[in-house]
Amino acid sequence: MQDFLREGSRWMKEDGPHADIVISTRIRLARNLGEHPFPLIADDIQSDAIVDKVRSVVCDPAFMEAAGGRFDYLTLHSTPNVDLLALMEKYIISNTLVEHAKRAAVAVRDDEAVSIMINEEDHLRLQVLMPGLQIGNTWELANRIDDLLEQQLNYAFDERYGYLTACPSNVGTGIRASVMLHLPALVVTQQIHRVLAALGQVGLVVRGVHGEGTEAVGNLFQLSNQITLGQSEVEIVQSLQSVAEKIIEHEEAARNFLLNENREVTEDRVARSLGILAYARRLDNKETMQRLSDVRLGIDLGIIKGVNKNILKELMVMTQPGFLQKFYGAQLAPGERDWRRAAFVRERLQMDDCHI
Amino acid sequence: MLCQECNQRDATVHFTKIVNQDKQDFHLCESCAREKGDLMMKGFGNMGTMGSMNPFDTPAGGFSFHNLLSGLLGLEGTGSLEAQASPHVQPGNRCATCGLTYAEFAQVGRFGCADCYRHFHQRLEPLLRRIHGGATTHTGKVPSRTGGLIKKRKQISAMRQELQQKIAAEQFEEAAVLRDQIRTLEAQLGASEGV
Repeated sequence: MQDFLREGSRWMKEDGPHADIVISTRIRLARNLGEHPFPLIADDIQSDAIVDKVRSVVCDPAFMEAAGGRFDYLTLHSTPNVDLLALMEKYIISNTLVEHAKRAAVAVRDDEAVSIMINEEDHLRLQVLMPGLQIGNTWELANRIDDLLEQQLNYAFDERYGYLTACPSNVGTGIRASVMLHLPALVVTQQIHRVLAALGQVGLVVRGVHGEGTEAVGNLFQLSNQITLGQSEVEIVQSLQSVAEKIIEHEEAARNFLLNENREVTEDRVARSLGILAYARRLDNKETMQRLSDVRLGIDLGIIKGVNKNILKELMVMTQPGFLQKFYGAQLAPGERDWRRAAFVRERLQMDDCHI
Repeated sequence: MLCQECNQRDATVHFTKIVNQDKQDFHLCESCAREKGDLMMKGFGNMGTMGSMNPFDTPAGGFSFHNLLSGLLGLEGTGSLEAQASPHVQPGNRCATCGLTYAEFAQVGRFGCADCYRHFHQRLEPLLRRIHGGATTHTGKVPSRTGGLIKKRKQISAMRQELQQKIAAEQFEEAAVLRDQIRTLEAQLGASEGV
């Protein structure tokens, strides 16, 4: 189990600023090469050309050194499905990339904080993923790697429209900056909708990370920019930072409320969730996420002691189908999965000395 | 209010469709809106935008709404005009480099190559305005190699603005310094452009 937990990405294992509310910060830049058709209409030969071209740039020792780590370059069609699932569950690659596995590739840095998807919707999608709230650092790194890539690759760029992307909703800066937030107190005090409604007016959008639309399983929300044209990257990133800080303030206030005005009810809920995770024999994904959220809140509020805070980040990823399959070494039928998931959670909790 | 399609989830996408005096109101939840959007554009299913709900895959509700808009825009654009036009393709309807037609773009929501932006330039403006809150010009980062000249030009226009400010503030000495800097940069620009 110990070894398996080390398979997590950097964002899962490390703590970042405001780690009790912000799970991770992510910035993605969409880029295309000039003089090459976009993935939509590219044929196999043209797609392979892009894969080869980017490989030659990324696998260059000089590039890797400047980019801060060794890169693995994977072509999706030659990578086992279970590994692709695991990469998706860690948020390193997207569903869309896997759908186009025949033409797609991904370059991943050893700490998984930097990854480059090739031939997804655009030729290149550079992603930097860091723990906690660190938009400045994340942007700086993304900017630097973008410059490194650009030294060897000719980007499709227009003076008026900026970086040219396959979809006009990404054109201009090509940036999608987002922050994943854990907001259990705002949800339970029913303030979440009010807080989220106000955001639509500043060009930002909030979605539940799991579940559909704004339904948020596990009280996880993703805040990101919607507009990519007409604002500079710095402006977009700064506006995300200040809105995230505001939401953090609200969540902290709500948590204080729970602790001071509503302590017994909160303790009860948190304790029940810990009990279920520690002893249940069967857990479906949705319930697991919900209980993990309660337990993480309990840890943050000091109600639950002895459990590593990172348990939420670890388990929210590792109780997903791909990871379970990796751990138990076999393809699991959906029915079987729920039992295994519960076993995995119990084993993980036994590693810590939790008590209330 | 509940989605009128599935009657299960809350309606978060509200739009009114007016076709030839016939007005219809729609109140849909995100998933039904997406489906409807896909249907309207005869689906290329997953539009894959960056970083929406499930951090990568399905389009954000906001984007599927823009899908609907671009679909409406595209369909309206190609509908009435071409009905009366001659059978061969009109300018601004097909990218010369990759052969994508505007109708195809309106269906899929994606371009085939970088030149599509130039060829569909006229129709692009209203679409970009809608998606990006009124903006149609890039003001952010410029690639350092291929964008070298663009960087200089932007720098010059920023300095000109500053020059005006200095003049207005009667800081004439500083204004003169700026003026000289601008002249130097312009000379460099002229030289590299081979004027």
